[in-house]
Amino acid sequence: MARVYVSLKKSVADPQGQTIKKALNDIGYEGVAEVRVGKFFDISYDGDLENLERVLKEISEKVLANPVIEEFVIEESA
Amino acid sequence: MKFGVVVFPGSNCDYDSYRAVKDSLNQQVEFIWHGDEDTSGFDAIILPGGFSYGDYLRAGAIASFSRIIASVKKFAENGGFVMGICNGFQVLTESGLLPGTLMLNTNLRFICRDIYLRTENDSTAFSSELSGGEVIRLPVAHNQGNYFCSDDVYHRLNDYGGIIFRYCTPGGKTTEDANPNGSRDSIAGIMNERGNVMGMMPHPERYVEDLLGGTDGIKIFGSLVNANTGRADN
Repeated sequence: MARVYVSLKKSVADPQGQTIKKALNDIGYEGVAEVRVGKFFDISYDGDLENLERVLKEISEKVLANPVIEEFVIEESA
Repeated sequence: MKFGVVVFPGSNCDYDSYRAVKDSLNQQVEFIWHGDEDTSGFDAIILPGGFSYGDYLRAGAIASFSRIIASVKKFAENGGFVMGICNGFQVLTESGLLPGTLMLNTNLRFICRDIYLRTENDSTAFSSELSGGEVIRLPVAHNQGNYFCSDDVYHRLNDYGGIIFRYCTPGGKTTEDANPNGSRDSIAGIMNERGNVMGMMPHPERYVEDLLGGTDGIKIFGSLVNANTGRADN
């Protein structure tokens, strides 16, 4: 019903992404300039659909992402 | 003085903390279950190290929504001492009791070894038994100990003396090599502006007896006992 993507803010260094990027370069994919690692959450919702947008925003801010270092994108699907 | 040690599913330094308080400090101590709410009667609450709730989502994140943390927030608002060690520090930042956050170590490894800490502020409830600049040796054991905060938070921490410990060389110099996890400005332990909530990545509860490898941890707990005695006298 919805997918929330959480990733580090651009201003925050991502050592995991840097390590993956370096490995990709090392095995011949020199064109890979940057890799950023993130995660996503698939959420199904049984509550009142009128509230869905608000609820998704709230749980993303409160729980799924740490606003100090992370940002999120919500993708709703039918 | 009565300490409480919170037990989350996945805590693994709860008994170390319990024993440090009971046997090395000779103070009262009780475990507090994460599903409980009652913090009455305690002078200080320790959030111990470990992997609360498997560190799912983010280290300390799920624990920060537990019942006991809601009570610990009130406890701290009322001036109670709260000390978060390692995973406990992560819980404190996730719950907003301390600013900033703890990110993955820059070398992407779990680091388990002794490190040196320089005392940056010796006039806190958590460091009065140390002297300014004093270097102590404690173990670290973490995967996410890389302290990160915004510039605003960083400057505020500096302004009110919120940075209590920085990683350093045995001689007391902060260098890139002496900083095990990539923490901003080698920060290893901080406290809130009010001075009653402290978090640190190294483990003082593991170095409270020679038999364990060191005794520098006692000074941190001992400072808290002094601070509490000072309160009772006032």
